[in-house]
Amino acid sequence: MPHHELILLKNMAQPGYGGSLTEYERAGGYQALRATLGKIPPADVTAAVRKSGLRGRGGAGFPTGVKWGFLPKDYQGPRYLCCNADESEPGTFKDRQLMERDPHQILEGIVLAAYAIGAESAYIYIRGELVLAAKILERAIGEARAAGYIGKNILGTGVTVDVWVHRGAGAYICGEETALLESLEGKRGLPRVKPPFPATHGLYGKPTVVNNVETLANLPHIMNRGAEWFASIGSPPKSTGTRVFCVSGHVKRPGNYEVPMGVTVRELVYDYAGGMRSDKPLKAFIPGGASAPFLTPAHLDVKLDFESVAAAGSMLGSGGVTVMEEGTNMVWAALRLMEFFYHESCGKCSPCREGSSWLVQIMRRIVAKRGRMEDLETLSDLCKNIAGRTVCAFGDAEVAPIQGTLKYWRDEYVALIREAEAANLLMPEPAGVKP
Amino acid sequence: MSLSEKYKDDIADILSRYPVKRSALIPLLYLAQQEEGYVTERAMIEIAGILDLTPPQVYETITFYTMFNLKPVGKFHIQVCKSLMCALVGSDTVIGWIKTKLGIGPGETTADGLFTLSLVECLASCGTGPMMQINEDYYERLTEEKLDRILADLKSTGSSQLKSGPFMWPESIQT
Repeated sequence: MPHHELILLKNMAQPGYGGSLTEYERAGGYQALRATLGKIPPADVTAAVRKSGLRGRGGAGFPTGVKWGFLPKDYQGPRYLCCNADESEPGTFKDRQLMERDPHQILEGIVLAAYAIGAESAYIYIRGELVLAAKILERAIGEARAAGYIGKNILGTGVTVDVWVHRGAGAYICGEETALLESLEGKRGLPRVKPPFPATHGLYGKPTVVNNVETLANLPHIMNRGAEWFASIGSPPKSTGTRVFCVSGHVKRPGNYEVPMGVTVRELVYDYAGGMRSDKPLKAFIPGGASAPFLTPAHLDVKLDFESVAAAGSMLGSGGVTVMEEGTNMVWAALRLMEFFYHESCGKCSPCREGSSWLVQIMRRIVAKRGRMEDLETLSDLCKNIAGRTVCAFGDAEVAPIQGTLKYWRDEYVALIREAEAANLLMPEPAGVKP
Repeated sequence: MSLSEKYKDDIADILSRYPVKRSALIPLLYLAQQEEGYVTERAMIEIAGILDLTPPQVYETITFYTMFNLKPVGKFHIQVCKSLMCALVGSDTVIGWIKTKLGIGPGETTADGLFTLSLVECLASCGTGPMMQINEDYYERLTEEKLDRILADLKSTGSSQLKSGPFMWPESIQT
């Protein structure tokens, strides 16, 4: 197995590491906070993060320092930081591990980010199901508050950052940053129309930054070891640092692997995750969570960085890599993901709300061997009319499984429909429901 | 006893975290659910009063989120992940086992009121599927033997040692 330095998973990889404040401090924790607060001007922290090239680890990959830079400089009222811990993208389970195994690394990142943007209140919006992670974070916040790393006048520097855990209650869409803010305000989690962006009108209408757990966890390391160091890791200049990739599906050793950005899918699957679980070869994989279109064995040498995966027609997304072996029916796989998106569509925009329902119905019909050849055209049409026509990126995400599988495995759709035709099981055309 | 009597300090603590009262809605609904296993209409009306909201505003919000029960559920709420990543490693088989062993389908509760079965979407446990959540706990890498033990443990003692601790997978990572 290739040898790479672990950054985010380093502490938890030590046998017996329990993630308490004492253990975190012994491993060098809160040094970045001590060296930064009141010593380095906030604008310089933002500049360092920009220089490091750090990009959001939640899915969109927006440069973190640039995002911070959008906050109005002369605004006098309160500003907010939200840590997006609503990890819900199918195929993704890294933030859960980061929170449950090394919570102080995230808290230190939160205080650094809040200091940089001038926020005195930070909320960790964690998905409701992650009860254990929420408890672990609460305990860590208690420890950090008692030690003076969180709260009023941190370590006598005059800087105030208070941190609270806020549990969601079961809604994938709340990982979208404006839906997260709505939910945090105690409302239905419906994404907002943008602009205005959270940087100017966020939580309670105040300037707000929303950053993913893994993004924030990188900050102490950037401040400790320098922007140049971070920018030299991975695939500079556009994809710097490591990623914690979550490997799932038909591999021998599924799990979280932290590697420099730019390793190939082949290395991740065969060197780290132990290769395929049986003698069946790899048939398909998703490189970045359910919202990223499927790719094929021909893409095994694609580098896992933002640009390379995008050039291959998919996206690096949340870092969830799901591997499927030969024998997996790709129409069935696309339907499973489509059912997820149908369940999670928030209902705000009609193309997504109605379209996801139609897509699921057609897909179920095809998988049940009752499809019609014209369904394929209808599927493509629907996908084209959903993507790009909604308030948030969910619309683009929900068509990814179908568009990806139609592109590479159209023959499997056709085979299922041919079976239907052969068995003469065609449904009589119901009046008035054809989309 | 009303929530405000029983959880006076908890409610004050929750309210102190937010500059706008309505933000406390989801945390207070969790308190209500913890109390009775589901959120009653009475609790919703009381919470509306605490937060200066109308009851419909509370109802509008609660119905958006899947984790709030609006009617009673079994003592143990089994939620099996059915998303693709778990389905690739056998979640449909697990669902079949549970149906056979407990004699209930999705959305149903056993006659003794102990178990309710729900099928849910991804629970951020894709590397350790098939998996399920029962009340607050995760149970991962399920096998039929493990499932039998979990159900037996819950029936006899109310908890099971097979629940997941702090997540780490694979357990020993590359150093």
